[in-house]
Amino acid sequence: MLKVNNINTYYGKLQALWDVSFRAEEKEIVALVGANGAGKTTILNAISNLIHLASGTVEFLGRRIDKMPPYRLAEIGISHIPEGRKLFPDMTVRENLELGAYTHQVWKNKGEMLEYVYQIFPRLKERAGQLARTLSGGEQQMLAMGRGLMSRPRLCMLDEPSSGLAPLLIMEIFEVIKALNDQGTTILLVEQNTKRALEIADRAYVLENGRIMLQGKGEELLRNNHVKVAYLGL
Amino acid sequence: MPIIEGERVSKNFGGLAAVVNVDFHIDQGEIVGLIGPNGAGKTTLFNLISGALATTAGTIRFKGENITGLKPHQICKRRVARTFQSVKVFSNMTVLDNVLAGSLFGASTGMRMHDAKAEAMELLEFVGLSAKEGSLAKDLTIANQKRVEVARALATKPELLLLDEVMSGLNPTEVAQVTELIKKMRDKGITVFMIEHVMKAIMDISDRIIVLHHGEKIAEGTPSEIAKSQKVIEVYLGD
Repeated sequence: MLKVNNINTYYGKLQALWDVSFRAEEKEIVALVGANGAGKTTILNAISNLIHLASGTVEFLGRRIDKMPPYRLAEIGISHIPEGRKLFPDMTVRENLELGAYTHQVWKNKGEMLEYVYQIFPRLKERAGQLARTLSGGEQQMLAMGRGLMSRPRLCMLDEPSSGLAPLLIMEIFEVIKALNDQGTTILLVEQNTKRALEIADRAYVLENGRIMLQGKGEELLRNNHVKVAYLGL
Repeated sequence: MPIIEGERVSKNFGGLAAVVNVDFHIDQGEIVGLIGPNGAGKTTLFNLISGALATTAGTIRFKGENITGLKPHQICKRRVARTFQSVKVFSNMTVLDNVLAGSLFGASTGMRMHDAKAEAMELLEFVGLSAKEGSLAKDLTIANQKRVEVARALATKPELLLLDEVMSGLNPTEVAQVTELIKKMRDKGITVFMIEHVMKAIMDISDRIIVLHHGEKIAEGTPSEIAKSQKVIEVYLGD
């Protein structure tokens, strides 16, 4: 479904990604793991065309998407739930959610999707009329995730979804990710909660210094002592 | 005498009671954890202590002095520093300049640029960011931006440091590194009050833990007492 072929990116003169290639098949959960600064967020930003590719290509459902502007990517079914929330602070919770469904195909079903998101995060329903910037950090994380689900994405890219959430809610978030996947959504997951991520991932890629060092089934990587010590900090 | 204490501290946002009659105290040299479900009022309590928000009611005292109602810069000058959950670095300034801002505008006024720079470099070394001194803060990962905030806060020479989720987004090795860092701060004589959801870290490091739920303090005790509290398991930890 998603194919990333030999991409290279730079921040100024500093090379951030080195010849990165990987794929995600339809209905898979694929995790990207590795230390802080390994390039995980950069990969998601490269797919979303938020940063420029120096070379390499990205394909989604067989077509090139590496020159496609981010709003077009949303229209063809790619949703990106960014690290650090990136909400519209002076709009209400409900407005933020509705903007997640702005694309033509899903706008008419936004009421239904809104109910779906409220069911996952009842707190957002309680806060529907509040401005996003008045939410607590954890609630903002819920809102970012809810907004990303509103478009009923075919591919959902999640960047640190458990960050800033209480332990009970982290369990729920991983349940939500599994449920989404059961309903047919392909998941590309970046997560520092490495153990949890590998537990739910079908496959995972281990990154270090902007390069893919290893790949394998989630559970295999989790059992491999060398991988645990050398790359995952477990 | 506690270094900081709060008496019936409350904050309302319109009709929402975010912090409700919270009593707390932290002794000199302690590391105290603040935990609770999302939206429980933890960051709001930090905002009240640091003067970012005005209290609705109650009193906060730092080393015996009533600091309720003081402005953030006044509180900073009294040697209370903080970091932010949603990072607030100066994006278009270098990492070094971010830390220098803390040195030059913190508690130590009249510091010479030369000395401030040397000290800022030491702090960057301390938080493990020496290699990034010349990068713009916005080009760092969020986890590293949090380290910049820690260095900037330390540069103001605090006696009390409020850390708001400095460990989120870190892998277990990195969490262990930051845990060490916090212990070193304590060894330097800094009292630490920290919000964190990374349970392993908060349980390892805290002398005491305070638990908020719906703005109220529902539990307080040693990590082992908190880990066993049925109430805390129910609303926060899960089974």
